[in-house]
Amino acid sequence: METVLAILTGFMYAAGIYLILRRSLVKLIVGLIILGNGSNLLIFLLGGITRGNPPVIGENESMLTGIYADPLPQALILTAIVISFGLQAFAMVLLQREYVQGGVEDFDSIKEEEEAL
Amino acid sequence: MTDNLLILPVIIQLVIAVISLFFWSRTNYQRLSSIVGNVIFLAVSFILFFYVKENGIMVSQGGNWPAPFGITFVLDLFSASMLVITGLSGLAVSIFTAGSMSRRRALFVFFPIYHFLLLGISGSFIAGDLFNLYVWFELIIIASFGLITLGGGRRQLEGALKYVTLNLVASTLFLTSIAFVYGLTGSLNLADLAVKIPEVENQDLVSIAALLFFVGLGIKTAVFPMYFWLPASYHTPMSAISAIFGGLLTKVGVYALIRVFSLFFLPDSYIGTVISAIAALTLIMGAMGAFIQKDVRKVFSWLIVCHIGFMIAGLGIFSTVALAGAVLYLFHDIIIKTNIFMVSGLLYRINGAHTFKFIGGLYEHYPKLSFLIAIPLFSLIGIPPLSGFWPKILLIEGGIQGFDYFIVAAILLGSFVTLVTIGKLWVTAVWSEQKQVKYVKHFIHFKQLSKAQRIAYVFPIAFLSVVSLFFGFGAFWMLDIANRIAEELINPELYIQSILQFQ
Repeated sequence: METVLAILTGFMYAAGIYLILRRSLVKLIVGLIILGNGSNLLIFLLGGITRGNPPVIGENESMLTGIYADPLPQALILTAIVISFGLQAFAMVLLQREYVQGGVEDFDSIKEEEEAL
Repeated sequence: MTDNLLILPVIIQLVIAVISLFFWSRTNYQRLSSIVGNVIFLAVSFILFFYVKENGIMVSQGGNWPAPFGITFVLDLFSASMLVITGLSGLAVSIFTAGSMSRRRALFVFFPIYHFLLLGISGSFIAGDLFNLYVWFELIIIASFGLITLGGGRRQLEGALKYVTLNLVASTLFLTSIAFVYGLTGSLNLADLAVKIPEVENQDLVSIAALLFFVGLGIKTAVFPMYFWLPASYHTPMSAISAIFGGLLTKVGVYALIRVFSLFFLPDSYIGTVISAIAALTLIMGAMGAFIQKDVRKVFSWLIVCHIGFMIAGLGIFSTVALAGAVLYLFHDIIIKTNIFMVSGLLYRINGAHTFKFIGGLYEHYPKLSFLIAIPLFSLIGIPPLSGFWPKILLIEGGIQGFDYFIVAAILLGSFVTLVTIGKLWVTAVWSEQKQVKYVKHFIHFKQLSKAQRIAYVFPIAFLSVVSLFFGFGAFWMLDIANRIAEELINPELYIQSILQFQ
């Protein structure tokens, strides 16, 4: 399972960075989303994957015994998802405004307007 | 005083932001609450600072969970002094915007977003947890996105696009680094990491995490290969917003870098060399960029990049003297960068333009103002008794002691080009003849402003100038503080002990 997830994470990072490097604004935002999800997956992966052992203390026990799944990475990912959701929503609106005002969807045609020198 | 009070600065900013939201369309109340709130913030920061200076580190554990398990807030001398400096710049920008911002602009909810930004900044100074630091950083960037696009002019949106993209990528890299650290140690508490990181078997992976962290924060801080977004976006928003960005945003990154690299990602020979080389290149490239610009705000933006190099150089040399220099430069830089961007706003109000071609005649028409703006401009260069001089002396001393002659040369070159650039600006803006004032739409000349508005333009500049004069002439006192901070950074045992509380 770890191997599959590791390959998937690497693939998501690669795809995200590739899309960010493209000129299109839409591909940029898709790239940012994929990259963000890749890093969430990475936290999940590096937190250690344990199957079928929830961190719940049994009825007659006073502490956790044996191997159990670490709940912290999930809390971290949840926070990261919420944050990146807000940021990506902002970025999308920004790109939409840029498209409406500038009328272009291509990074190369966005040139900084020089003030009259 | 209970240690939990260290969270007060954050709460004050939150309360001001919420209060201003209630006065959505009554911008005058927003202006008032912003100024009053920041005065309270500054007072509280001063009290906390003197308390920490007398009694040592304050630690607050969220929900009373002992350190590595709960969320920790820490206030040591470094973060307390950063809070005070933030308060000083924040108050100056509050007064400046309260006076200068038109109702039309203020209706775009400037003041609430501004206070959310200060909330994020003060939060990141008290964070004692790597993930907590990340969350505060996200709060800072979302607020700064709001501010940089405020008003939504075409040029601003284009500047914002670069700013937003680069910051999102930087946050992802920061998060990646956090994932590595958590995977290696199973902990995120800064003090706990300082204990656990040296015990990790695979130190190569630690180096990778450290470099990812450096790249992630380096983009936000605008160090050498990752600084292109800064001069491309910082000159687009209005001057008051550039002032708070130039003053505080990149410096929060520097704070986090100094904190983390002195606590657990200790700069070994490899990372130390990387940081030193990047610092030197930042100094050189920033200086060259500033040298060729012909626009006041672009010159200042490039100088931000250039001067980041000084602080990173102190981190790269990593001795007590150099770190004291870096910390002292950090304090000086926040005040001075805020101030010079407000000066650029004042010059715009007088000349109607930012480009060198249209500005001039300040000495002819406003001799007193020219004397006033001489203080921040010459402090920026670091002409002897003024504030920029002392940290540079410490940095050069540290560089010579550590045999880093390349860094020393870069520091001297950076200072020299700053001198030339500011000299050029001074000759153009102050000594040359008055040019035709360029009246664009909605432009109001300085003379047409009411007296109260003119005071609101000049008072914050004078206020921050007095602060930097104090840094210059009270250098002995400041050096004392900076040396103590550097000692604490080099020997973090006390910091670690007061958080983890073993024995």
